[in-house]
Amino acid sequence: MIRIATGYGKKPSVGGFETFSWYFFRVSGIVLIFMVIIHLIVMHATTDVACTTYDFVAIRYENPLWRLYDWVLLTLSLLHGMNGLRIVIDDYVHTRGARLALMSTMGVLTLAFFMLGTITLITFPYAPANLGAVCLPH
Amino acid sequence: MWSWLLHRVSGLGILLFLLIHIVDVSLLGFGPAVYDDGIAIFDQVIVRLLSLALVAAVLFHGFNGIRIMVIDFWKRGVAYQALMFVVALVISVVGFLPFAYFILQPVIPFLQTHATSLIR
Repeated sequence: MIRIATGYGKKPSVGGFETFSWYFFRVSGIVLIFMVIIHLIVMHATTDVACTTYDFVAIRYENPLWRLYDWVLLTLSLLHGMNGLRIVIDDYVHTRGARLALMSTMGVLTLAFFMLGTITLITFPYAPANLGAVCLPH
Repeated sequence: MWSWLLHRVSGLGILLFLLIHIVDVSLLGFGPAVYDDGIAIFDQVIVRLLSLALVAAVLFHGFNGIRIMVIDFWKRGVAYQALMFVVALVISVVGFLPFAYFILQPVIPFLQTHATSLIR
């Protein structure tokens, strides 16, 4: 059974969602360090950000592995970040109503952003035509 | 305490950017003209400077995260936590410098003109 800290009653010390969350932070964190630094190098160092245009994405997404890479990056970073926000809310908001409102808003937002990102990755056309100059004109 | 505060603030800042970034990437669905208009914002000098803040936040959050894991899983981790905080900061700064160069390099002429006009 998934238990979520409500701030009321005994805190789950062994097992439950909080322990899973603790491990998830660390496991996703290790993976994210590598994936995010590679993402930064590709988008800011080996390519200037002004050259990360639609055509750049089109060329990159001809390889489905880059789509998978970006989807894993999306999923892990969103869950890691939103779980962090959950801890912050847990630390500072103590009234039951506000906690319920913030936590449920956060849950809906997580799902909405996850779906928006996933739909963008899946629906991007495979090998679109009209690939021209990649960099933005200055 | 400073490492805890920096970790929390950098984490929330990165999350804010992540949400913005998911939306700006979703402009891909509206075709090249719309998406490239969005990317043009990242080409702005002021947004490049904001990108530097993001890179700094990401590097610190990552390296301090490693420090947290070492404290958690290594018996003697706690004894070295203060030293490891300094190490995390140093590695972050060292890693930040090449990114700062690559991100600012295309706008160096712009920055030079405005810096010299300020000095005059």
